Amino acid sequence: MAGRIPLVLLACGSFNPITHQHMRLFELARDHMHQTGLYRVVGGIVSPVGDNYGKQGLVVSKHRLAMARLALQSSDWVSVDDWESQQEDWTETVVTMRYHYDRMAAQYHNSKDPPTASDVPQLKLLCGADFMDTFKIPGLWRDDHVEEVVGRFGLVCVSRGSLQPDRAIHESDLLSRHRQHIFLVREWVHNEISATEVRRALRRGQSVKYLLPDSVIDYIREHNLYTQDSEMKNKDVKIRPLTMQTIQD
Amino acid sequence: MSSQEKTRVVLLACGSFNPITNMHLRMFELARDHLEDTGRYRVVKGIISPVGDSYKKKGLIEACHRLEMARLATLNSDWITVDDWESQQPEWVETAKVVRHHADLISSENNSDDVDTVRCGKRRKLEQNTIICQSSCNINTKEDSPHLNLLCGADVLESFGVKDLWKPEDIEEIVGRYGVACITRCGSDPEKFINQSDVLYKHRKNIHMVREWVTNEISATHVRRALRRGQSVRYLLPDSVVRYIQEHSLYSVESEQKNANAILAPFQRYTSSN
Repeated sequence: MAGRIPLVLLACGSFNPITHQHMRLFELARDHMHQTGLYRVVGGIVSPVGDNYGKQGLVVSKHRLAMARLALQSSDWVSVDDWESQQEDWTETVVTMRYHYDRMAAQYHNSKDPPTASDVPQLKLLCGADFMDTFKIPGLWRDDHVEEVVGRFGLVCVSRGSLQPDRAIHESDLLSRHRQHIFLVREWVHNEISATEVRRALRRGQSVKYLLPDSVIDYIREHNLYTQDSEMKNKDVKIRPLTMQTIQD
Repeated sequence: MSSQEKTRVVLLACGSFNPITNMHLRMFELARDHLEDTGRYRVVKGIISPVGDSYKKKGLIEACHRLEMARLATLNSDWITVDDWESQQPEWVETAKVVRHHADLISSENNSDDVDTVRCGKRRKLEQNTIICQSSCNINTKEDSPHLNLLCGADVLESFGVKDLWKPEDIEEIVGRYGVACITRCGSDPEKFINQSDVLYKHRKNIHMVREWVTNEISATHVRRALRRGQSVRYLLPDSVVRYIQEHSLYSVESEQKNANAILAPFQRYTSSN
């Protein structure tokens, strides 16, 4: 794959818990980006959100990290990163992206002499189609952040079922302006298994085998995660992005 | 205590398993949860029975591979097993026969567990795959034999209506004498389908509709397509199966052409005979 742009895919999210669906995102995205003929995917990062995000049912990051690591043990290109979850307060997606990009750039500058900008991998945000719709939720995103996430970095959006990311792009001037930086990947397998469904099944004592790796299921049982109680966590709490004061950076 | 009153159930899934996917495996888990949730059943075993090569379905690769993949996929299951009887028969075997074979086997295993309450003097030593003595002289003081249910998707149930695909007496036997656990898709209307078929309606008590609230349609067709195109199928099937497929270079453009001009075994059998 000589001459191709090296690319790293970063997935932010709750991973509460990680499922086969999440891991599929990486596989589908990698195949798609390779098939464009322009990119060479050199890495994948799973970055679980911090506990201060305040989402209902979010179990502590220590567990979510451990489960993601178990799940990705057998992956030779995707790894788990805990920087985001270790920050004191919730971190905006763009801040996480900047951190990872700067880290990669520093690595390359240290190892190459002289460093060339083209050696540093590009970093793109890997997400599902539902993520595209979040851009229009009032108060959730700052415009300049969306501009940077999409315009400077870029999105790889995997869609499934009836969700239409095309429409979300169409309905947003900002997204439309950066259309060439948004890669839409179609998941043809109709598969609506989500972490929400997995938690529901676990609460009801139903089997989740074959939806997530056995090692993660064992971990969940050992630590008795995902109960009625755990789902009530943060019930009356607003998610952090909506309560945060606008930070001037 | 209360588990003694529960009916024991064995789930049997017939199909191509070309290849086996996480969806196939999920069917077993969903059906077991559903049946046990009623409080009336205890699912004791699951059997995967891949169809023989003589079924002549397009793209069907050799049974030895399909069996091995299914075995790899169920290594981590403590209740689902793979059975090769069907695929080892020289000719294609109707589903009803496969169901009957396994039901008889279960019944004989159950009888041979019997200790000393048999009225008959002799106890016949029972071997696998032999005709089972349907002796009415056995006192049923032991537990009843587990019931065998065919585990399938709604598409199989609906295929009962396809001309020349099933013998009417076979359908009657499967739903009437044994039973079916049918996984239904979100959005489909299983009750309606049962209503529209006299034979299904008659035996509706033996048909367990397992509602799949969350769609999970990892079709083997899709998996084979992805493989032909060099795309990843990781996390759609167990890793061990993905590795096996890679090691043996299964599923190519060539393999998908297998049986392209052949007639599916049931059609050949039922339409040529009268």
